[in-house]
Amino acid sequence: MSKKVLVLGEVRDGELRNVSFEAIAAAKEISSGGEVVAVLCGEGLNEAGKALIHFGADRVVLAEHSLLSTYSTDGYVQALLQVIDQEKPDGLVLGHTALGKDLSPRLAARLKSGLISDVTSLEQAGENVVFTRPIYSGKAFEKKVITDGLVFVTIRPNNIPPLEIDESRSGDVAALAVDVKDLRTVVKDVVRKASTGVDLSEAKIIVAGGRGVKSEDGFKPLQELADVLGAAVGASRGACDADYCDYSLQIGQTGKVVTPDLYIACGISGAIQHLAGMSNSKVIVAINKDPEASIFSVADYGIVGDLFEVVPLLTEEFKNVLVKS
Amino acid sequence: MNLYVILKRTFDTEEKISISNGAISHDSAEYIINPYDEYAIEEAITLRDAHGGEVTVVTVGTEESEKELRTALAMGADKAVLIDTEELESTDQFTTSAVLAEFFKDKEYDLILGGNVAIDNGSGQVGPRLAELLGIPQVTTITKIEVNGTDVFIERDVEGDVEKIETSLPLLVTAQQGLNEPRYSSLPGIMKAKKKPLETLEIDDLDIDEEDVAAKTKTVEVFMPPKKEAGKILSGEVNDQVKELVSLLRSEAKVI
Repeated sequence: MSKKVLVLGEVRDGELRNVSFEAIAAAKEISSGGEVVAVLCGEGLNEAGKALIHFGADRVVLAEHSLLSTYSTDGYVQALLQVIDQEKPDGLVLGHTALGKDLSPRLAARLKSGLISDVTSLEQAGENVVFTRPIYSGKAFEKKVITDGLVFVTIRPNNIPPLEIDESRSGDVAALAVDVKDLRTVVKDVVRKASTGVDLSEAKIIVAGGRGVKSEDGFKPLQELADVLGAAVGASRGACDADYCDYSLQIGQTGKVVTPDLYIACGISGAIQHLAGMSNSKVIVAINKDPEASIFSVADYGIVGDLFEVVPLLTEEFKNVLVKS
Repeated sequence: MNLYVILKRTFDTEEKISISNGAISHDSAEYIINPYDEYAIEEAITLRDAHGGEVTVVTVGTEESEKELRTALAMGADKAVLIDTEELESTDQFTTSAVLAEFFKDKEYDLILGGNVAIDNGSGQVGPRLAELLGIPQVTTITKIEVNGTDVFIERDVEGDVEKIETSLPLLVTAQQGLNEPRYSSLPGIMKAKKKPLETLEIDDLDIDEEDVAAKTKTVEVFMPPKKEAGKILSGEVNDQVKELVSLLRSEAKVI
Protein backbone atom coordinates (compact mmCIF):
# COMPACT_ATOMS: atom_id res chain seq x y z
CA MET A 1 0.00 0.00 0.00
CA SER A 2 1.50 3.32 -0.98
CA LYS A 3 1.98 5.84 1.80
CA LYS A 4 2.63 9.52 2.25
CA VAL A 5 5.83 9.96 4.26
CA LEU A 6 7.17 13.20 5.78
CA VAL A 7 10.90 13.79 6.24
CA LEU A 8 12.31 16.53 8.46
CA GLY A 9 15.37 18.01 6.75
CA GLU A 10 18.08 19.30 9.04
CA VAL A 11 20.23 22.34 8.33
CA ARG A 12 23.41 22.86 10.32
CA ASP A 13 25.64 25.93 9.87
CA GLY A 14 23.69 26.83 6.74
CA GLU A 15 24.18 23.41 5.11
CA LEU A 16 21.78 20.50 4.74
CA ARG A 17 23.13 17.50 6.62
CA ASN A 18 23.77 14.29 4.68
CA VAL A 19 21.43 12.42 6.99
CA SER A 20 18.54 14.40 5.47
CA PHE A 21 19.27 12.90 2.03
CA GLU A 22 19.54 9.47 3.65
CA ALA A 23 16.19 10.06 5.35
CA ILE A 24 14.59 10.78 1.97
CA ALA A 25 15.89 7.44 0.66
CA ALA A 26 14.41 5.69 3.72
CA ALA A 27 11.10 7.55 3.28
CA LYS A 28 11.00 6.54 -0.39
CA GLU A 29 11.28 2.88 0.63
CA ILE A 30 8.58 3.25 3.32
CA SER A 31 6.27 5.14 0.94
CA SER A 32 6.25 2.18 -1.44
CA GLY A 33 5.45 4.29 -4.46
CA GLY A 34 3.56 6.94 -2.50
CA GLU A 35 4.64 10.52 -1.88
CA VAL A 36 7.71 11.81 0.00
CA VAL A 37 7.25 15.31 1.43
CA ALA A 38 10.28 16.99 2.98
CA VAL A 39 9.89 19.66 5.68
CA LEU A 40 12.37 22.38 6.60
CA CYS A 41 11.97 24.73 9.56
CA GLY A 42 13.37 28.25 9.66
CA GLU A 43 13.76 31.07 7.18
CA GLY A 44 15.43 31.55 3.79
CA LEU A 45 15.45 27.84 3.00
CA ASN A 46 14.29 27.90 -0.62
CA GLU A 47 17.61 26.66 -2.05
CA ALA A 48 17.89 23.92 0.56
CA GLY A 49 14.35 22.93 -0.37
CA LYS A 50 15.32 22.51 -4.01
CA ALA A 51 18.29 20.34 -3.00
CA LEU A 52 15.90 18.00 -1.16
CA ILE A 53 13.90 17.67 -4.40
CA HIS A 54 17.12 16.82 -6.29
CA PHE A 55 17.75 14.05 -3.77
CA GLY A 56 14.34 12.48 -4.25
CA ALA A 57 11.67 14.42 -2.32
CA ASP A 58 8.48 14.88 -4.35
CA ARG A 59 7.51 18.09 -2.60
CA VAL A 60 8.86 20.41 0.09
CA VAL A 61 7.07 22.36 2.81
CA LEU A 62 8.98 25.27 4.35
CA ALA A 63 7.66 25.91 7.85
CA GLU A 64 8.62 29.53 8.25
CA HIS A 65 8.99 31.52 11.45
CA SER A 66 11.84 33.62 12.81
CA LEU A 67 11.84 31.60 16.06
CA LEU A 68 12.64 28.42 14.08
CA SER A 69 16.10 29.57 12.94
CA THR A 70 17.49 28.07 16.15
CA TYR A 71 16.28 24.65 17.27
CA SER A 72 14.07 24.50 20.33
CA THR A 73 11.98 21.54 21.41
CA ASP A 74 8.80 23.57 21.83
CA GLY A 75 9.23 25.55 18.59
CA TYR A 76 9.83 22.50 16.43
CA VAL A 77 7.04 20.47 18.05
CA GLN A 78 4.60 23.31 17.37
CA ALA A 79 5.77 23.76 13.77
CA LEU A 80 5.72 20.06 12.91
CA LEU A 81 2.28 19.54 14.43
CA GLN A 82 0.97 22.22 12.08
CA VAL A 83 2.63 20.60 9.06
CA ILE A 84 1.37 17.16 10.12
CA ASP A 85 -2.11 18.57 10.54
CA GLN A 86 -1.98 19.90 6.98
CA GLU A 87 -0.36 16.84 5.36
CA LYS A 88 -1.81 13.97 7.42
CA PRO A 89 1.11 11.62 6.66
CA ASP A 90 1.25 7.84 7.17
CA GLY A 91 4.95 7.93 8.00
CA LEU A 92 7.59 10.25 9.47
CA VAL A 93 11.39 10.00 9.19
CA LEU A 94 14.01 12.04 11.09
CA GLY A 95 17.76 11.68 11.46
CA HIS A 96 18.96 10.10 14.71
CA THR A 97 20.93 13.27 15.45
CA ALA A 98 20.98 15.50 18.54
CA LEU A 99 17.92 17.26 17.10
CA GLY A 100 16.11 14.06 16.10
CA LYS A 101 16.77 12.41 19.46
CA ASP A 102 15.37 15.40 21.34
CA LEU A 103 12.38 16.01 19.11
CA SER A 104 11.04 12.68 17.88
CA PRO A 105 10.11 10.99 21.20
CA ARG A 106 8.30 14.14 22.27
CA LEU A 107 6.45 14.30 18.97
CA ALA A 108 5.64 10.58 19.19
CA ALA A 109 4.12 11.08 22.64
CA ARG A 110 1.99 13.96 21.33
CA LEU A 111 0.84 11.90 18.34
CA LYS A 112 0.28 8.84 20.58
CA SER A 113 2.41 6.85 18.17
CA GLY A 114 5.17 4.29 18.28
CA LEU A 115 8.71 5.24 17.32
CA ILE A 116 11.60 3.07 16.19
CA SER A 117 14.84 4.91 16.93
CA ASP A 118 18.31 4.61 15.44
CA VAL A 119 17.45 2.52 12.39
CA THR A 120 20.41 1.30 10.32
CA SER A 121 18.52 -0.49 7.52
CA LEU A 122 15.00 -1.24 6.34
CA GLU A 123 13.26 -3.66 4.00
CA GLN A 124 9.77 -4.42 2.71
CA ALA A 125 8.24 -7.63 4.07
CA GLY A 126 4.72 -8.09 2.74
CA GLU A 127 2.50 -5.28 4.00
CA ASN A 128 5.05 -4.24 6.59
CA VAL A 129 8.34 -2.42 6.53
CA VAL A 130 10.86 -4.11 8.82
CA PHE A 131 13.46 -1.89 10.49
CA THR A 132 16.84 -3.09 11.75
CA ARG A 133 18.51 -1.30 14.65
CA PRO A 134 21.44 -2.00 16.97
CA ILE A 135 20.82 -2.94 20.59
CA TYR A 136 23.34 -3.24 23.43
CA SER A 137 25.37 -0.58 21.61
CA GLY A 138 25.85 -2.77 18.56
CA LYS A 139 26.66 -6.01 20.39
CA ALA A 140 23.42 -7.33 18.80
CA PHE A 141 20.69 -6.18 16.39
CA GLU A 142 16.91 -6.38 16.37
CA LYS A 143 14.30 -6.18 13.64
CA LYS A 144 11.18 -4.21 14.52
CA VAL A 145 7.86 -3.31 12.99
CA ILE A 146 5.31 -0.64 13.87
CA THR A 147 2.12 -2.49 14.81
CA ASP A 148 -0.24 0.44 15.17
CA GLY A 149 -0.55 3.86 13.54
CA LEU A 150 2.10 6.20 12.17
CA VAL A 151 5.31 4.62 10.79
CA PHE A 152 7.69 6.85 12.73
CA VAL A 153 11.44 6.21 12.69
CA THR A 154 14.77 7.96 13.20
CA ILE A 155 17.70 6.77 11.07
CA ARG A 156 21.33 6.58 12.11
CA PRO A 157 23.55 8.83 9.97
CA ASN A 158 25.90 7.17 7.50
CA ASN A 159 24.07 3.84 7.13
CA ILE A 160 21.28 4.16 4.56
CA PRO A 161 22.64 5.21 1.15
CA PRO A 162 21.07 8.39 -0.26
CA LEU A 163 19.52 8.31 -3.73
CA GLU A 164 21.53 9.56 -6.72
CA ILE A 165 21.31 13.33 -7.03
CA ASP A 166 19.28 14.40 -10.07
CA GLU A 167 19.36 18.16 -10.64
CA SER A 168 16.73 17.94 -13.35
CA ARG A 169 14.12 16.78 -10.84
CA SER A 170 11.55 19.41 -10.01
CA GLY A 171 8.84 19.66 -7.40
CA ASP A 172 6.78 22.15 -5.49
CA VAL A 173 8.57 24.08 -2.71
CA ALA A 174 5.81 25.84 -0.76
CA ALA A 175 6.07 28.06 2.29
CA LEU A 176 3.72 27.50 5.21
CA ALA A 177 3.53 30.31 7.76
CA VAL A 178 3.41 28.54 11.11
CA ASP A 179 2.48 29.92 14.49
CA VAL A 180 5.23 29.53 17.09
CA LYS A 181 5.05 30.98 20.59
CA ASP A 182 5.76 30.58 24.31
CA LEU A 183 9.10 28.79 24.03
CA ARG A 184 9.89 27.46 27.50
CA THR A 185 13.59 26.80 26.87
CA VAL A 186 15.76 29.57 25.45
CA VAL A 187 19.21 29.02 23.92
CA LYS A 188 21.36 31.91 25.19
CA ASP A 189 24.65 30.91 23.64
CA VAL A 190 26.37 28.12 21.73
CA VAL A 191 30.04 27.38 22.34
CA ARG A 192 31.58 25.49 19.42
CA LYS A 193 33.84 22.87 20.81
CA ALA A 194 34.43 20.32 18.08
CA SER A 195 38.10 20.56 17.16
CA THR A 196 37.43 20.13 13.46
CA GLY A 197 34.35 20.73 11.35
CA VAL A 198 33.81 16.98 11.02
CA ASP A 199 31.17 15.54 13.32
CA LEU A 200 31.92 12.14 14.85
CA SER A 201 28.51 10.60 14.15
CA GLU A 202 28.59 11.53 10.45
CA ALA A 203 32.34 11.18 9.79
CA LYS A 204 33.39 8.83 6.97
CA ILE A 205 36.79 8.39 8.59
CA ILE A 206 37.66 8.49 12.30
CA VAL A 207 41.11 8.57 13.89
CA ALA A 208 40.78 7.57 17.53
CA GLY A 209 43.25 7.57 20.41
CA GLY A 210 43.38 5.64 23.66
CA ARG A 211 45.55 5.55 26.75
CA GLY A 212 48.55 4.88 24.51
CA VAL A 213 48.34 8.51 23.40
CA LYS A 214 49.72 9.34 26.86
CA SER A 215 48.84 13.06 27.07
CA GLU A 216 46.78 15.87 25.60
CA ASP A 217 49.76 16.69 23.35
CA GLY A 218 49.81 13.07 22.24
CA PHE A 219 46.60 13.71 20.27
CA LYS A 220 48.47 16.15 17.96
CA PRO A 221 49.84 13.51 15.54
CA LEU A 222 46.33 11.98 15.41
CA GLN A 223 44.83 15.36 14.60
CA GLU A 224 47.41 15.86 11.82
CA LEU A 225 46.49 12.50 10.30
CA ALA A 226 42.79 13.39 10.61
CA ASP A 227 43.37 16.72 8.86
CA VAL A 228 45.02 15.01 5.89
CA LEU A 229 42.13 12.53 5.60
CA GLY A 230 39.31 14.96 6.35
CA ALA A 231 38.54 12.75 9.33
CA ALA A 232 37.10 13.33 12.80
CA VAL A 233 39.10 12.62 15.95
CA GLY A 234 37.63 10.32 18.60
CA ALA A 235 38.85 8.70 21.79
CA SER A 236 38.41 5.75 24.11
CA ARG A 237 37.06 6.13 27.62
CA GLY A 238 40.58 5.56 28.94
CA ALA A 239 41.86 8.65 27.15
CA CYS A 240 38.89 10.73 28.37
CA ASP A 241 39.17 9.53 31.97
CA ALA A 242 42.88 10.41 31.92
CA ASP A 243 41.93 13.96 30.80
CA TYR A 244 43.80 13.72 27.49
CA CYS A 245 40.67 14.95 25.71
CA ASP A 246 37.07 15.99 26.18
CA TYR A 247 34.28 13.50 26.92
CA SER A 248 32.44 14.66 23.80
CA LEU A 249 35.02 12.66 21.81
CA GLN A 250 34.34 9.39 23.63
CA ILE A 251 33.39 6.39 21.52
CA GLY A 252 31.95 3.30 23.20
CA GLN A 253 29.03 1.86 25.08
CA THR A 254 28.86 5.01 27.18
CA GLY A 255 29.70 7.65 24.61
CA LYS A 256 29.10 7.66 20.88
CA VAL A 257 28.43 4.63 18.74
CA VAL A 258 29.98 5.15 15.31
CA THR A 259 30.01 3.32 11.98
CA PRO A 260 32.45 5.13 9.66
CA ASP A 261 33.91 3.65 6.46
CA LEU A 262 37.35 3.67 8.09
CA TYR A 263 38.26 3.61 11.78
CA ILE A 264 41.91 4.01 12.73
CA ALA A 265 42.46 3.00 16.38
CA CYS A 266 45.73 4.31 17.81
CA GLY A 267 46.96 3.10 21.18
CA ILE A 268 43.53 1.66 22.05
CA SER A 269 43.57 -1.72 23.78
CA GLY A 270 39.98 -2.55 22.85
CA ALA A 271 37.89 -2.96 26.01
CA ILE A 272 34.53 -4.61 25.26
CA GLN A 273 32.76 -1.28 25.92
CA HIS A 274 34.90 0.45 23.29
CA LEU A 275 34.45 -2.35 20.77
CA ALA A 276 30.68 -2.02 21.17
CA GLY A 277 30.96 1.58 20.00
CA MET A 278 33.04 1.01 16.85
CA SER A 279 33.21 -2.62 15.78
CA ASN A 280 30.50 -2.17 13.14
CA SER A 281 32.75 0.26 11.25
CA LYS A 282 33.28 -0.93 7.69
CA VAL A 283 37.10 -1.12 7.83
CA ILE A 284 39.15 -1.03 11.03
CA VAL A 285 42.86 -0.34 11.34
CA ALA A 286 44.58 -0.95 14.67
CA ILE A 287 47.94 0.46 15.69
CA ASN A 288 49.16 -0.80 19.05
CA LYS A 289 52.42 -1.76 20.73
CA ASP A 290 50.85 -4.82 22.35
CA PRO A 291 50.31 -7.64 19.82
CA GLU A 292 47.87 -9.27 22.28
CA ALA A 293 45.59 -6.18 22.47
CA SER A 294 41.99 -7.20 21.83
CA ILE A 295 41.53 -4.34 19.34
CA PHE A 296 43.36 -6.60 16.84
CA SER A 297 40.50 -9.13 17.08
CA VAL A 298 38.16 -6.71 15.28
CA ALA A 299 40.79 -5.08 13.04
CA ASP A 300 40.94 -5.69 9.29
CA TYR A 301 44.52 -4.43 9.23
CA GLY A 302 46.93 -4.20 12.13
CA ILE A 303 50.33 -2.69 12.72
CA VAL A 304 52.13 -3.73 15.89
CA GLY A 305 54.19 -0.72 16.80
CA ASP A 306 54.55 2.59 18.58
CA LEU A 307 51.82 4.97 17.47
CA PHE A 308 54.19 7.94 17.83
CA GLU A 309 56.39 6.35 15.17
CA VAL A 310 53.65 4.88 12.94
CA VAL A 311 51.06 7.68 12.86
CA PRO A 312 53.41 10.45 11.55
CA LEU A 313 54.71 8.07 8.87
CA LEU A 314 51.12 7.27 7.92
CA THR A 315 50.31 10.97 7.68
CA GLU A 316 53.29 11.52 5.33
CA GLU A 317 52.40 8.51 3.18
CA PHE A 318 48.76 9.62 2.83
CA LYS A 319 49.96 13.14 1.93
CA ASN A 320 52.15 11.66 -0.81
CA VAL A 321 49.53 9.40 -2.38
CA LEU A 322 46.62 11.80 -2.01
CA VAL A 323 48.54 14.63 -3.70
CA LYS A 324 49.43 12.32 -6.59
CA SER A 325 45.86 11.14 -7.16
CA MET B 1 12.86 20.70 45.97
CA ASN B 2 10.93 17.61 44.99
CA LEU B 3 13.35 15.64 42.87
CA TYR B 4 12.50 12.45 41.01
CA VAL B 5 14.89 10.21 39.11
CA ILE B 6 13.63 7.68 36.56
CA LEU B 7 16.09 4.81 36.28
CA LYS B 8 16.46 1.50 34.49
CA ARG B 9 18.17 -1.73 35.39
CA THR B 10 20.48 -2.81 32.54
CA PHE B 11 23.08 -5.42 31.67
CA ASP B 12 26.55 -4.62 32.98
CA THR B 13 28.66 -2.99 30.24
CA GLU B 14 31.18 -5.83 30.68
CA GLU B 15 28.62 -8.42 29.58
CA LYS B 16 29.02 -10.30 26.33
CA ILE B 17 25.68 -10.73 24.59
CA SER B 18 24.35 -14.05 23.35
CA ILE B 19 21.06 -15.21 21.92
CA SER B 20 19.02 -18.25 22.89
CA ASN B 21 15.54 -19.12 21.64
CA GLY B 22 15.38 -15.98 19.54
CA ALA B 23 15.95 -13.57 22.41
CA ILE B 24 18.87 -12.04 24.29
CA SER B 25 20.02 -14.56 26.89
CA HIS B 26 19.59 -13.29 30.44
CA ASP B 27 21.20 -16.28 32.14
CA SER B 28 23.85 -15.37 34.68
CA ALA B 29 24.10 -11.79 33.44
CA GLU B 30 25.27 -9.14 35.88
CA TYR B 31 23.04 -6.09 36.16
CA ILE B 32 23.73 -2.47 37.01
CA ILE B 33 21.92 0.86 37.10
CA ASN B 34 22.04 2.22 33.54
CA PRO B 35 25.25 4.35 33.65
CA TYR B 36 23.51 7.49 32.33
CA ASP B 37 20.86 7.14 35.06
CA GLU B 38 23.65 7.08 37.65
CA TYR B 39 24.62 10.60 36.59
CA ALA B 40 20.99 11.61 37.09
CA ILE B 41 20.93 10.12 40.61
CA GLU B 42 24.19 11.83 41.55
CA GLU B 43 22.94 15.20 40.28
CA ALA B 44 19.63 14.85 42.14
CA ILE B 45 21.44 14.11 45.41
CA THR B 46 23.78 17.09 44.91
CA LEU B 47 20.83 19.42 44.18
CA ARG B 48 18.94 18.16 47.22
CA ASP B 49 21.96 18.72 49.46
CA ALA B 50 22.24 22.30 48.14
CA HIS B 51 18.54 23.23 48.10
CA GLY B 52 16.87 20.84 50.52
CA GLY B 53 13.99 18.54 49.65
CA GLU B 54 13.78 14.90 48.75
CA VAL B 55 15.00 12.51 46.04
CA THR B 56 12.68 9.72 44.93
CA VAL B 57 13.96 7.10 42.49
CA VAL B 58 11.39 5.38 40.27
CA THR B 59 11.73 2.42 37.96
CA VAL B 60 9.39 0.51 35.68
CA GLY B 61 10.36 -3.14 35.62
CA THR B 62 10.10 -6.37 37.56
CA GLU B 63 10.86 -7.20 41.17
CA GLU B 64 14.50 -7.89 40.24
CA SER B 65 14.92 -4.11 39.86
CA GLU B 66 14.66 -3.76 43.65
CA LYS B 67 18.40 -4.36 43.83
CA GLU B 68 19.17 -1.33 41.65
CA LEU B 69 16.69 0.81 43.62
CA ARG B 70 18.47 -0.19 46.86
CA THR B 71 21.76 0.82 45.26
CA ALA B 72 20.30 4.25 44.46
CA LEU B 73 19.05 4.54 48.06
CA ALA B 74 22.54 3.59 49.28
CA MET B 75 24.01 6.38 47.13
CA GLY B 76 21.76 8.81 49.01
CA ALA B 77 18.27 8.86 47.47
CA ASP B 78 15.49 9.11 50.07
CA LYS B 79 12.69 6.95 48.69
CA ALA B 80 12.19 4.39 45.95
CA VAL B 81 9.22 3.25 43.89
CA LEU B 82 9.06 0.09 41.79
CA ILE B 83 6.26 -0.06 39.25
CA ASP B 84 5.98 -3.75 38.44
CA THR B 85 4.85 -4.31 34.85
CA GLU B 86 5.55 -8.04 34.74
CA GLU B 87 1.90 -8.74 33.91
CA LEU B 88 1.82 -6.50 30.84
CA GLU B 89 2.01 -8.56 27.67
CA SER B 90 3.48 -6.15 25.17
CA THR B 91 5.61 -3.23 26.24
CA ASP B 92 7.74 -0.63 24.49
CA GLN B 93 8.71 3.00 25.16
CA PHE B 94 5.12 4.07 24.54
CA THR B 95 4.06 1.75 27.37
CA THR B 96 6.78 2.73 29.83
CA SER B 97 6.20 6.46 29.42
CA ALA B 98 2.41 6.06 29.68
CA VAL B 99 2.82 4.09 32.92
CA LEU B 100 5.21 6.69 34.33
CA ALA B 101 2.88 9.55 33.34
CA GLU B 102 0.08 7.85 35.24
CA PHE B 103 2.34 7.55 38.29
CA PHE B 104 3.39 11.21 38.13
CA LYS B 105 -0.15 12.49 37.51
CA ASP B 106 -0.88 13.29 41.16
CA LYS B 107 2.71 13.90 42.32
CA GLU B 108 4.27 17.25 43.04
CA TYR B 109 7.60 17.43 41.25
CA ASP B 110 10.00 20.27 40.57
CA LEU B 111 12.61 18.38 38.61
CA ILE B 112 12.58 14.93 37.01
CA LEU B 113 15.97 13.54 35.96
CA GLY B 114 16.89 10.53 33.86
CA GLY B 115 19.69 9.23 31.67
CA ASN B 116 19.67 10.40 28.05
CA VAL B 117 19.69 6.81 26.80
CA ALA B 118 19.79 3.28 28.24
CA ILE B 119 22.72 1.19 27.10
CA ASP B 120 20.59 -1.91 26.42
CA ASN B 121 17.76 -0.83 24.15
CA GLY B 122 19.36 2.49 23.24
CA SER B 123 16.21 4.29 22.11
CA GLY B 124 16.41 7.36 24.40
CA GLN B 125 12.66 7.87 24.19
CA VAL B 126 11.17 7.59 27.66
CA GLY B 127 12.45 10.92 29.08
CA PRO B 128 11.14 13.24 26.32
CA ARG B 129 7.94 11.19 25.97
CA LEU B 130 7.25 11.59 29.70
CA ALA B 131 7.93 15.34 29.59
CA GLU B 132 5.38 15.69 26.79
CA LEU B 133 2.77 13.58 28.60
CA LEU B 134 3.22 15.72 31.73
CA GLY B 135 3.18 18.95 29.71
CA ILE B 136 6.50 20.19 31.09
CA PRO B 137 9.59 21.37 29.17
CA GLN B 138 12.60 19.11 28.63
CA VAL B 139 16.32 19.59 28.15
CA THR B 140 18.21 16.50 26.96
CA THR B 141 21.91 15.49 27.19
CA ILE B 142 22.78 18.01 29.91
CA THR B 143 26.33 18.41 31.21
CA LYS B 144 25.68 21.13 33.82
CA ILE B 145 22.66 22.40 35.76
CA GLU B 146 22.18 25.28 38.22
CA VAL B 147 18.90 26.00 39.97
CA ASN B 148 18.10 29.41 41.43
CA GLY B 149 14.54 29.59 42.79
CA THR B 150 12.51 28.41 39.83
CA ASP B 151 15.10 29.63 37.28
CA VAL B 152 17.29 26.96 35.75
CA PHE B 153 20.56 27.40 33.85
CA ILE B 154 21.73 24.43 31.83
CA GLU B 155 24.57 23.45 29.57
CA ARG B 156 23.84 20.64 27.14
CA ASP B 157 26.02 18.66 24.76
CA VAL B 158 24.96 18.94 21.12
CA GLU B 159 27.29 16.72 19.13
CA GLY B 160 30.33 18.33 20.73
CA ASP B 161 29.02 21.91 20.87
CA VAL B 162 27.79 23.32 24.18
CA GLU B 163 24.36 24.99 24.24
CA LYS B 164 23.68 27.32 27.18
CA ILE B 165 20.00 27.28 28.03
CA GLU B 166 17.69 29.20 30.33
CA THR B 167 14.45 27.63 31.45
CA SER B 168 12.40 27.14 34.60
CA LEU B 169 10.87 24.53 36.90
CA PRO B 170 9.00 22.22 36.66
CA LEU B 171 11.29 20.53 34.18
CA LEU B 172 12.57 17.17 32.94
CA VAL B 173 16.26 16.76 32.08
CA THR B 174 18.29 13.83 30.74
CA ALA B 175 21.92 13.36 31.76
CA GLN B 176 24.92 13.14 29.45
CA GLN B 177 28.36 11.91 30.38
CA GLY B 178 30.42 14.71 31.92
CA LEU B 179 27.58 15.95 34.15
CA ASN B 180 29.30 14.64 37.28
CA GLU B 181 31.22 11.75 38.77
CA PRO B 182 28.70 9.39 40.44
CA ARG B 183 29.61 8.45 44.01
CA TYR B 184 30.07 4.90 45.22
CA SER B 185 27.71 3.88 47.98
CA SER B 186 29.43 3.77 51.37
CA LEU B 187 28.95 0.98 53.91
CA PRO B 188 26.86 3.22 56.21
CA GLY B 189 24.92 4.24 53.11
CA ILE B 190 24.19 0.60 52.29
CA MET B 191 23.07 -0.06 55.91
CA LYS B 192 20.80 2.99 55.88
CA ALA B 193 19.34 2.03 52.49
CA LYS B 194 17.88 -1.14 53.97
CA LYS B 195 15.59 0.96 56.17
CA LYS B 196 14.57 3.50 53.54
CA PRO B 197 11.05 3.17 52.06
CA LEU B 198 10.70 1.13 48.87
CA GLU B 199 7.16 1.05 47.57
CA THR B 200 5.99 -1.46 44.96
CA LEU B 201 3.06 -0.62 42.71
CA GLU B 202 1.27 -3.04 40.41
CA ILE B 203 -0.47 -1.95 37.22
CA ASP B 204 -3.78 -2.40 39.08
CA ASP B 205 -2.68 0.21 41.64
CA LEU B 206 -2.47 2.79 38.88
CA ASP B 207 -5.44 4.00 36.91
CA ILE B 208 -4.36 2.16 33.77
CA ASP B 209 -6.30 0.19 31.21
CA GLU B 210 -3.93 -2.39 29.76
CA GLU B 211 -5.17 -1.74 26.23
CA ASP B 212 -4.37 1.96 26.48
CA VAL B 213 -0.70 1.30 27.14
CA ALA B 214 -0.20 -1.62 24.72
CA ALA B 215 2.99 -1.36 22.69
CA LYS B 216 2.92 0.29 19.26
CA THR B 217 5.99 -1.57 18.04
CA LYS B 218 7.07 -5.19 18.02
CA THR B 219 10.44 -6.94 17.83
CA VAL B 220 10.27 -9.69 15.22
CA GLU B 221 13.86 -10.90 15.31
CA VAL B 222 17.05 -10.52 17.33
CA PHE B 223 20.40 -11.45 15.82
CA MET B 224 24.14 -11.13 16.33
CA PRO B 225 26.29 -9.06 13.95
CA PRO B 226 28.27 -11.22 11.51
CA LYS B 227 31.56 -12.36 13.00
CA LYS B 228 34.56 -10.61 11.53
CA GLU B 229 37.17 -12.68 9.77
CA ALA B 230 40.65 -12.46 11.24
CA GLY B 231 42.41 -9.35 10.02
CA LYS B 232 45.81 -8.96 8.43
CA ILE B 233 48.66 -8.11 10.79
CA LEU B 234 51.35 -6.46 8.72
CA SER B 235 55.03 -7.25 9.16
CA GLY B 236 58.43 -6.00 8.08
CA GLU B 237 60.08 -2.58 8.47
CA VAL B 238 57.77 0.09 9.87
CA ASN B 239 58.19 2.19 6.72
CA ASP B 240 57.15 -0.70 4.53
CA GLN B 241 54.20 -1.59 6.77
CA VAL B 242 52.89 1.95 6.51
CA LYS B 243 53.24 1.93 2.69
CA GLU B 244 51.53 -1.47 2.50
CA LEU B 245 48.69 -0.30 4.75
CA VAL B 246 47.99 2.80 2.67
CA SER B 247 48.07 0.73 -0.49
CA LEU B 248 45.68 -1.89 0.98
CA LEU B 249 43.24 0.79 2.15
CA ARG B 250 43.19 2.20 -1.37
CA SER B 251 43.23 -0.91 -3.54
CA GLU B 252 41.74 -3.69 -1.40
CA ALA B 253 39.44 -1.98 1.14
CA LYS B 254 38.79 0.97 -1.20
CA VAL B 255 37.99 3.38 1.62
CA ILE B 256 40.48 6.13 0.71
